[in-house]
Amino acid sequence: MREPSLSQLLPVDAIVTGIQVDGWRSAIRAAGELLVATGATTADYIEQMQSAVDEYGPYIVIAPGLALAHARPSPAVLRTGLSWAGLQEPVEFGHSTNDPVRLVVGLAAVDHDGHSSALSRLARLLADPARLDRLSRSTSAEEIHTTISEYESSADE
Amino acid sequence: MKILAVCGMGIGTSVLLKSNAERAAQELGLDADVEVADIGTARGAAATADIVLTSGELAAELGDLSVPVVVIDNFVDGTEVRDKLAAAVNG
Repeated sequence: MREPSLSQLLPVDAIVTGIQVDGWRSAIRAAGELLVATGATTADYIEQMQSAVDEYGPYIVIAPGLALAHARPSPAVLRTGLSWAGLQEPVEFGHSTNDPVRLVVGLAAVDHDGHSSALSRLARLLADPARLDRLSRSTSAEEIHTTISEYESSADE
Repeated sequence: MKILAVCGMGIGTSVLLKSNAERAAQELGLDADVEVADIGTARGAAATADIVLTSGELAAELGDLSVPVVVIDNFVDGTEVRDKLAAAVNG
């Protein structure tokens, strides 16, 4: 399969837990700094992700407790990648049904569909509310990465 | 039939909607093509679609369309997409 795997796009270095933030902007910043640190984007992408919420509202809060921070493909994106920012305390994004957010997944993509299998797989992993809650509260990046890798290797496609 | 998944930037929620909608269509036995559009091109793309899937905020931005707009709250929950799609198809 040419498309990179979920565990490749979300390396253990891009997973940090117990992050203290004071609101949605700093929550997105935390996820963005991980994309920068792992070489997926430049720092400009952080602001682009924050601007996307200013422009389109908090629809990036895609499930109860889960935000998918992202912006359009741009020169700030160096390669397709994901990050995982587990928050110490949940924060409000202003979403009508899915607030508050405890986990921010950052997404950077060089095109519109090269990451679709990996992202869909992550979504299915997090579709189980009990598993999402457990992983959101996990304090071990290794445990999270292992759970994702095991889920991926057991996936039926 | 053609289902259009609309999101703000075309890489995140629309990708998840497309994946869920394709599974849902298969489960419901619908012969459906699922296409993706960002909010900038969605109104034009909707002209040839039978159903539009999107989020609450973006549905408000899209305004009135000539086809049913199905609002999804949870983009990881395939059940919600399937049930709402079934309701829209069955009118």
